[in-house]
Amino acid sequence: MATLKDVQNKISAVKKTKQITKAMNMVAASKLRGAQSTMEAFRPYAGKFADVLGSLADKAGEEANPLLVPKETVKNVHIILNTSDKGLCGGFNTNLNARADALLKELKAEGKEVSFTNFGKKGRDWARKKGHTIIDEYLGVVGSSFEFSVASISGRKFIEKFIFGTYDEVYVIYSEFQGMARQVAKAKQLLPIPPLETAEETKDDNAPYLAEHIAEPSAEELLGEMLPRSVYVQIYSALLETSTSEHAARMTAMDNATKACNDMIENLTLVYNKARQAAITAELMDIVGGAEALKG
Amino acid sequence: MAENIRLEVVTPQKSVVSEDVQIVVAPGTMGEFGVLVGHTPFLTTLKLGTVRYKDAGGTERYIFVSGGFAEALPDKVTILAESAERRTDIDAERARTALERAQQRLAEKRDDIDFVRARAALERAMHRLSVAETRKTM
Repeated sequence: MATLKDVQNKISAVKKTKQITKAMNMVAASKLRGAQSTMEAFRPYAGKFADVLGSLADKAGEEANPLLVPKETVKNVHIILNTSDKGLCGGFNTNLNARADALLKELKAEGKEVSFTNFGKKGRDWARKKGHTIIDEYLGVVGSSFEFSVASISGRKFIEKFIFGTYDEVYVIYSEFQGMARQVAKAKQLLPIPPLETAEETKDDNAPYLAEHIAEPSAEELLGEMLPRSVYVQIYSALLETSTSEHAARMTAMDNATKACNDMIENLTLVYNKARQAAITAELMDIVGGAEALKG
Repeated sequence: MAENIRLEVVTPQKSVVSEDVQIVVAPGTMGEFGVLVGHTPFLTTLKLGTVRYKDAGGTERYIFVSGGFAEALPDKVTILAESAERRTDIDAERARTALERAQQRLAEKRDDIDFVRARAALERAMHRLSVAETRKTM
């Protein structure tokens, strides 16, 4: 039977934990707002970019650029794994790593060599523990505020290696932010660039978008300029999504932890009161017993 | 007085300009070009440089762009740049340090530095400064 003092200590310990989880919840909430506004700010750029790119690709035709053409034999596959640097965000990183593992198994089964670039410490640690080849790692990016240059600098490396044939395919694994309580780990092919959606399908104007455009230099050259950037755009948006998801996941996890603390405090208070009551009863019995004995 | 044309300058971080202007002059890779309202649809790459425009009131304004794309439509010009700053937003001090750092790097001629990147940084810093400097002379 726990003594009164023990229960009291336990209660105060749980209360302290609750303070921490609550604080973390609020920090995550404010970071989430920041990340979401960055995502909002990026949307016009990404949207316009996709519009222009789609119509250009349509004009220049398929196979106008090496980045669009799949390799004949695919041997070396590169995976860009986005995870967070810090833990305490529920199943967030586990899900991403599991997605990576699934993709990895799939590729290995086809006899392909797989290497990794890691954004975020949790994914890096996972890949290291499993003994996978890690080519590059970027820590301190996901979850913080980062600039577009992070995406373009890393993106340039992937493109170079793709062109030189070091990588035959590049995938990116990221967490899609579908709402506060929903973050889904997704895998997407980055290189070769999957067939572009043409802009006309999305526009209901009868005149095809950009059809009359004068392109300077040629449409092919413009495409050559834009495609690498579209890869950076993809990487940037994957990073943004993952960051936003991380904060949302942490917020939910910490909210649950705070609730669990409340439950525990409630239960412990009950135990404490019962123990106190029992002690009082025992004392009373003693006194009554003593008095009876004196009466003789 | 002709109608005004809409100018939008967007970067991944934010929308820098969104207003109706009289004329836009932008540094295309094939040469500088000006856009007035009613321009033929036109698409081009931009090089590092300055986008100039006259706002609705007729004041000339400058924006530093680090290269990107411009799309002109009869009633709208959209500029997609990786970074763009209004002249008044340029941090001259930061640009100057960046300039010095880039110069230093290039001067060292070490093997382990990324020459292309240092060059690009140097050019960006120089352009930023030159845009910032026009502020004083006006």
